[in-house]
Amino acid sequence: MEVVYITIGVSVIIAIIFFGVFLMNLKKGQYQDTYTPSVRMLFDDEEKSNKTVKKEKSINKESITKL
Amino acid sequence: MENENCFHCGLETKDTQYVIEDKLFCCNGCKTVFEILNQHELNCYYDFERSPGVIPKELKNKYNYLDSSEIVEKILDFYDGQTCVVEFYIPSIHCSSCIWVLENLDRFNAGVKNSLVNFPQKTLRVTYKESEISLKQLVEFIASIGYEPQISLEDSVGVKKTVSNALIYKISIAAFVFGNIMLLSFPEYFEIQEFWLERYKNVFRYLNFVMILPVVFYSATDYYISAYKGLKNRMLNIDVPITLGVIALYLRSVYEIVFDVGAGYFDSLAGLIFFLLLGKIFQQKTYNYLSFERDFKSYFPIAVTAITKDGKEISKQIQHLKLGDRILIRNEELVPVDGIMINGEATLDYSFVTGESYPIKKESGEKIFAGGKQLSGLFEMEVIHEVSQSYLTQLWSSDIFQKDTHKSIKTHIDKVSKYFTIVVLTIAFSAAIYWYFTDVSKAVYVFTAVLIITCPCALALTSPFALGNILRIFGKNRFYLKNAQVIEALTKINTIIFDKTGTITTNQQKAVNTENIELNVDEKRVLKTLLRNSNHPLSRIVYESVKEPILEDKITAYNELTGLGIEGKINDFNLRVGSSKFLGLNQHEPNETRVYVEINNQLKGYYSMKNTYRQGIEQLFLNLYPKYELIILSGDNEGEKERLLQMLPPNTQLEFDKKPIDKLNFVRELQDNGKRVLMIGDGLNDAGALAQSNVGIAVSDDVNVFTPASDGIIDAKIINKIPQLLNISHQTLTIIKTSFVFSFLYNVVGLYFAVTGQLTPLIAAILMPLSSITIVIYVTFLTNFISRKQ
Repeated sequence: MEVVYITIGVSVIIAIIFFGVFLMNLKKGQYQDTYTPSVRMLFDDEEKSNKTVKKEKSINKESITKL
Repeated sequence: MENENCFHCGLETKDTQYVIEDKLFCCNGCKTVFEILNQHELNCYYDFERSPGVIPKELKNKYNYLDSSEIVEKILDFYDGQTCVVEFYIPSIHCSSCIWVLENLDRFNAGVKNSLVNFPQKTLRVTYKESEISLKQLVEFIASIGYEPQISLEDSVGVKKTVSNALIYKISIAAFVFGNIMLLSFPEYFEIQEFWLERYKNVFRYLNFVMILPVVFYSATDYYISAYKGLKNRMLNIDVPITLGVIALYLRSVYEIVFDVGAGYFDSLAGLIFFLLLGKIFQQKTYNYLSFERDFKSYFPIAVTAITKDGKEISKQIQHLKLGDRILIRNEELVPVDGIMINGEATLDYSFVTGESYPIKKESGEKIFAGGKQLSGLFEMEVIHEVSQSYLTQLWSSDIFQKDTHKSIKTHIDKVSKYFTIVVLTIAFSAAIYWYFTDVSKAVYVFTAVLIITCPCALALTSPFALGNILRIFGKNRFYLKNAQVIEALTKINTIIFDKTGTITTNQQKAVNTENIELNVDEKRVLKTLLRNSNHPLSRIVYESVKEPILEDKITAYNELTGLGIEGKINDFNLRVGSSKFLGLNQHEPNETRVYVEINNQLKGYYSMKNTYRQGIEQLFLNLYPKYELIILSGDNEGEKERLLQMLPPNTQLEFDKKPIDKLNFVRELQDNGKRVLMIGDGLNDAGALAQSNVGIAVSDDVNVFTPASDGIIDAKIINKIPQLLNISHQTLTIIKTSFVFSFLYNVVGLYFAVTGQLTPLIAAILMPLSSITIVIYVTFLTNFISRKQ
């Protein structure tokens, strides 16, 4: 049953590591704004499609200068 | 055409002159924003939301003060000679398109390294290279696309708010330790005699012993400090018995482990502190986007344009303005100091200060008070009072604003805990004395057991959970309170004071009185046609009130004289519309605003504006009467007195012509006569009264925009619900009282085990969380129930 020392020791150490990671992220401010990142993550795709928008852009510019 | 609404901001388009391709715009501003975004490849903006835009405001020269490096330095958060970090508060952030465009500022200028939006707090954090873009250029660009940052005196005075995470650290440590200790204690709960447990028990016990240390010496520190402070003020607050309990638990457990007597109560101790902190955090409902502490500094600009003796225009910080300085106020700027108008045109909107949204015209030689917002053109004025000495701002030198302490109310729990502590200590000592004579070995054991089991966890949790829950329910109904104590303070109120303008009257929809004018259909049509050309608020109101259609005919000889009126010729009609002075009438302007109309040199009469009272105001007063003493406290003249007397229940006291400082003193006088006052107001002129009153609530049509410092903010739409809100507060207090009874009953059961010397760690570990959890469920359920009923 000496294995109890190891198993408990390991489990406590793992728990402490995760807890440490949590505290670190808390300190970094990860939990201060929980809304904006959820919107931000949707933007990446749009930027890729933006290249196709760029082609259209030259047409847009012309029409603006006309006005 | 895509639709009838502006492609940028979604407003109805009235003219069709602003068009790009197939896109309609409501005004030149919106069109310009579209062009700018297009130019910088930011037109994805329009992909996320339909018509996401905000109409930009005119801002010529507005940010000139950002040329001054002294001011820039104060605004920047970080500066290392090259890289700058700055954070703006931008009230107009409202949708995902906003986030997108503001986080892609680098496309506009490569100098911008990084920009990050915090949506809930409506802030934008920008990192940029000073060599490539100046702060002024940056601000001007952001403002030009409709996101005008609010840069105020408060930022420059330089007290940055630091959000404390301490409570979160404390509770997360307590939670971690609580969970682990529970697991490690489990074996000991049952088979203590078993062979292998007997062999390894020290592993579990000493692990617990180590883990509890951060909880006792860090997580729970707030309670020790509060108990100490309470004792110092000769007050037995609830934290005193809590601290006693924690100390008893800790010392007893250490003793048991070190001398190998038992397993100790570390599990209960960790659980206790975890639950207590949970209550604390639950009670702390904060509304990031609201501020309850704002004073005039949040609204006043940092700097204005001053004119030097040799006629040069320079930017000057408003704290540095001296008597006799000449300053220039441009369109959309706020008058920061009292002064005398020298020349130019002044149309000032004092809605910040008084709640009255009607602009006031000023002419040269007239005195101008600080706080007005210029609406047209520009004017020059001479400073007669420094910022801190102005009519409005000297209110803040009153000592009510100096004290940092919040209004101290002796809460319910404090009263109970006084008797509670005395009773507990009496029982503990008498039990110890009894056992001392029967069985000496058990005396200390029983003494600590009593302190442990009576540790008022459930008692301390009822208030935070009940009040915290009500706070949330109020918040959902757009009644935002600064903290939970306000609810308790609300139940003690017996006098309610209302401000008039902007509080019980609306800012929008002025009703037009047409009794004093007679026009035939043709005349009405030409009048409407003429008014269409004027942007003056009064013109708009009269324009809206005339129902006849406009004419297609051209207006000739159109002329708008700022501050006076408009004139023009349509077909055979010569029209002159405006103030009595404009029409040369020798009439003293009465207590109301009038618009006179003259057609072909013949006076037709006038339109007069009346205050519109908010919907349900009469009912509101009837519901509050006679339970509360009602008072109307207004800064205006007595013009509306008759109407108010008719409308309101008898015995309503009416006070007019009160200056901001008078309002404060009025409240103080009432309090000296033993009244407990709830003040409901809206403008900066009520700020003193709001601060002085027992509870000050600010009314706001748009809670994000403007509120003076207060204990709570209520959306103007639910102002007629105040009686119900007060009722809920009262009932919540009753719920708390009944739950006190329950927690006492739990304590009686616990005391039975403690006094008879049978309190084992297992019983403590079951009884303490059980009582806490049932009490929490009880109050949460009931508070939800009563608020749904109302």
